Amino acid sequence: MLRVIAPGALCAIQDLGRPGYQHFGVPIGGAMDRVACIIANRLVGNPPTAACLEITAGGAAFEVLAPCVIAVTGGDLGATLDNRLLPTWVSALVRPGQRIAFEERRQGARAYLALAGGVDAPLALGSRSTYLPGRSGGLGRRALQMGDVIRPASSAFDLARLAGRLWPAPVDYAPLIRILPVHTSPGQPDLTGLDHLTALPWRVGVMSNRIGLRLEGARLSSAQAGDLPSFGIFPGVIQLPPDGRPILLMADAQPTGGYPVIAVAIQADLHRAAQLMPGDDVRFAWTTHAEAIAAWRALNALLDSPIDVDEGIALAATTQG
Amino acid sequence: MLIECTLNDLAEANAHALALARVLPTEWHPLPAIRSVLVRFDPLRYTQDEVQIYVQDALNHATPGALPPGRQVTIPVRYGGEDGPDLGDAARQLGLAPDELIAQHTARPWRVLMIGFAPGFPYIGPLPPSLTLPRRDTPRVAVPAGSVAIAAGMTGIYPSQLPGGWHLIGRTEVALFDPAREPPTLLQAGDQVQFVAIASHS
Repeated sequence: MLRVIAPGALCAIQDLGRPGYQHFGVPIGGAMDRVACIIANRLVGNPPTAACLEITAGGAAFEVLAPCVIAVTGGDLGATLDNRLLPTWVSALVRPGQRIAFEERRQGARAYLALAGGVDAPLALGSRSTYLPGRSGGLGRRALQMGDVIRPASSAFDLARLAGRLWPAPVDYAPLIRILPVHTSPGQPDLTGLDHLTALPWRVGVMSNRIGLRLEGARLSSAQAGDLPSFGIFPGVIQLPPDGRPILLMADAQPTGGYPVIAVAIQADLHRAAQLMPGDDVRFAWTTHAEAIAAWRALNALLDSPIDVDEGIALAATTQG
Repeated sequence: MLIECTLNDLAEANAHALALARVLPTEWHPLPAIRSVLVRFDPLRYTQDEVQIYVQDALNHATPGALPPGRQVTIPVRYGGEDGPDLGDAARQLGLAPDELIAQHTARPWRVLMIGFAPGFPYIGPLPPSLTLPRRDTPRVAVPAGSVAIAAGMTGIYPSQLPGGWHLIGRTEVALFDPAREPPTLLQAGDQVQFVAIASHS
């Protein structure tokens, strides 16, 4: 059990979202970096669908209220335990009175803190995910605030047994995102400058958020005119609004849209996009369906990696617990 | 994969899309829209060819005529005034008197073509050319919940306070979205919506 001392820039409860509710207008939502969220859960013995804390940029701090096993994954936000480096990508037993802090952003944008038993919050449409634009989900249908208490959804397990579990397979967060051309789309624009997408790096714009990354660089122009009849869209789609600045849609993207679609980022690279903040540079590279499927298979295999156990840490947890 | 329904008539293309979405496996999360259906499948479980063959077969069976008539839902609306600040302007652009616009809007039921944009937001129509207007030049930052609006040959209802570029002609008290309900939306694609004018507060 944890208490929020400071939420930092943004801290919210997220899981794998609400797939299957898009025909009600509900975004998929959930963790921006699903890879880090799933791994954090695996490290503390949770199912992949358990809820985590998604901590964006630095400044968040928590006080431990009751013994629990946690794991921190994702971007490097300078995690500390009682002002000493908190190892990430490994599960650890933390004790009442200890303080977990995320000092500052070093690499990436979002860290995931999983709690053995899963973070508790009311289920809304099958998920605990916080959807801020719709003021729904999470704790109190909002981001976390100072004083909020984070409780495990279940507590029927042996804490010491879950400590000292190490993630063996590094996740690649290179700021390079592979994209697929769109062959037929109701919104496919007549584009001549599409090569600009891969020729130069793009800067992530200040208006970027959980809905999408606004890409600044070359201005692409589209011969498309007028309103398109809205069609289904999803995280990974790259839209071209009339201002010529592409948007890479992310977790909280609306399920339908009417802007022309110029490319689709492969699902296996979306965790890389999730670790970008405004001001960061990102590059795109064309790929093929076959490569996209191979990358998806490799990512799924990585997520199934057997977990290593550090006997020393596990033993220390037993004797001190 | 996005499947387009290419029938020229928008109402027929939409009926085709809705009928198709009903017969595709829920595992693919079929998402019907105005004239297309989006399916998202795991390429480690199905190949694109398998999905394409399945969809083609489903398309042959899910004809526009296969769409059930849909539930009838009545939506009471206070037209004009503070509830519909764009009623006069929209009527002027359409060359109608405000009362004529209301009469046409309530003349017959319209189909819910899709739910999208925001949780519970229905795209309803298609409206006849006499009620077809482009979106406003400058979208509003905050449209009040319950606002009934027209644009792009359709009419919609804002389920919550949202940004929006449609012309606001009225407002309803009916709740369109509640995540505690199953299904969470009052309306679903394929429903028939009959708007009814009621007296405004003022």
